[in-house]
Amino acid sequence: MSRCRQLPEVNAGSMADIAFLLLIFFLVTASIPTDEGLRRRTPPLEDQTAEIKDKNLFEINLNQNSDLMVEGEVRLFSELKEAAKRFIDNGGILPGDSGFCSYCGGAREAHLSDNPQKAIIALGVARETDYTVYVTVQNELQGAYNELRNTAAMELFGSTYEEMKKQYTTAGVSPERKKVLRSRIKKIQEMYPQKIVETTITNF
Amino acid sequence: MIRLKTNRGGNLPAISTASLPDIVFILLFFFMTVVTINDQQLMVENTLPFATEAEKLEKTENSIAIFVGRPKGEHIAALGTTPRIQLGNRFVNMDQVAAATLGELYTIPEHLRNSATIALKADRTIKMGVILDIKEALRQVNLFKINYTTVQGDVFQNIEQLD
Repeated sequence: MSRCRQLPEVNAGSMADIAFLLLIFFLVTASIPTDEGLRRRTPPLEDQTAEIKDKNLFEINLNQNSDLMVEGEVRLFSELKEAAKRFIDNGGILPGDSGFCSYCGGAREAHLSDNPQKAIIALGVARETDYTVYVTVQNELQGAYNELRNTAAMELFGSTYEEMKKQYTTAGVSPERKKVLRSRIKKIQEMYPQKIVETTITNF
Repeated sequence: MIRLKTNRGGNLPAISTASLPDIVFILLFFFMTVVTINDQQLMVENTLPFATEAEKLEKTENSIAIFVGRPKGEHIAALGTTPRIQLGNRFVNMDQVAAATLGELYTIPEHLRNSATIALKADRTIKMGVILDIKEALRQVNLFKINYTTVQGDVFQNIEQLD
């Protein structure tokens, strides 16, 4: 009987080592998913033709040496975002005419776009253009749209567009709130629709 | 004479390490939950370009990854260093891209197929020709949603690195 009174203590010192081994195994074999990127849609198969006024088209070209040409002029990559913003947000139609853009903050110049709905960006690339440069341009265009949308959303709803999008995708948001957010995001997207057309340059 | 007993120089009490396994286990469980096991062996060089405006992919279950880059490791001997396309765990030619992507599409759950996104993971050294061909091939099979996978960072580093 007296033998059972004191059980020998199990040595737990090696437990930590075992757990460490498991931990290191997981660290080595696994990777944290960090998928993020620029979302784009390729156009559907049916060829669509539309008459576009020259002023409503913002031409960006990248040649085989990855040089940037905007509206027929060689430009720096750092200038692209501002130039795109100026073009999209121009709002060239005069007040009173149909298609007048009341929320545009642009200079309302005659040679730039009528309103954001009509503004189309045409991005031409050559087969020899570097992918990184293409991504840079796409990023700058996305940035231009995001900034315009943020400003518009801030004025209308008091929170930025990106903030609303983030909130929309986070878990635990109530359905009513989601509905509100969705309609707000839709509204902003209609104000500044993203219209980017891609063309391939065969001989520059 | 009374000798004062001092603790100095004496044995320090041992620090209990009994809770150490618990701490390590908590770490372990944390890693097990946040991490996904890589079932894809990367067979091509894949350094992604930088971007600042990138959006997170909400779901990874409905994305199909296409890697583009120069073969690396033991594949160089067989394939040389011209850019190749890796889909799943194999190399595919340009004319097989559409079929192979559709094949991958059927491995994702049916209710997610409509929102399937192609995550195009192309190396920084890639030229647009390959990308344009892949996009056209995917367009032919009605896969329009493309995500150019990038890493967070200053975009202008992309251009500087070329010089």
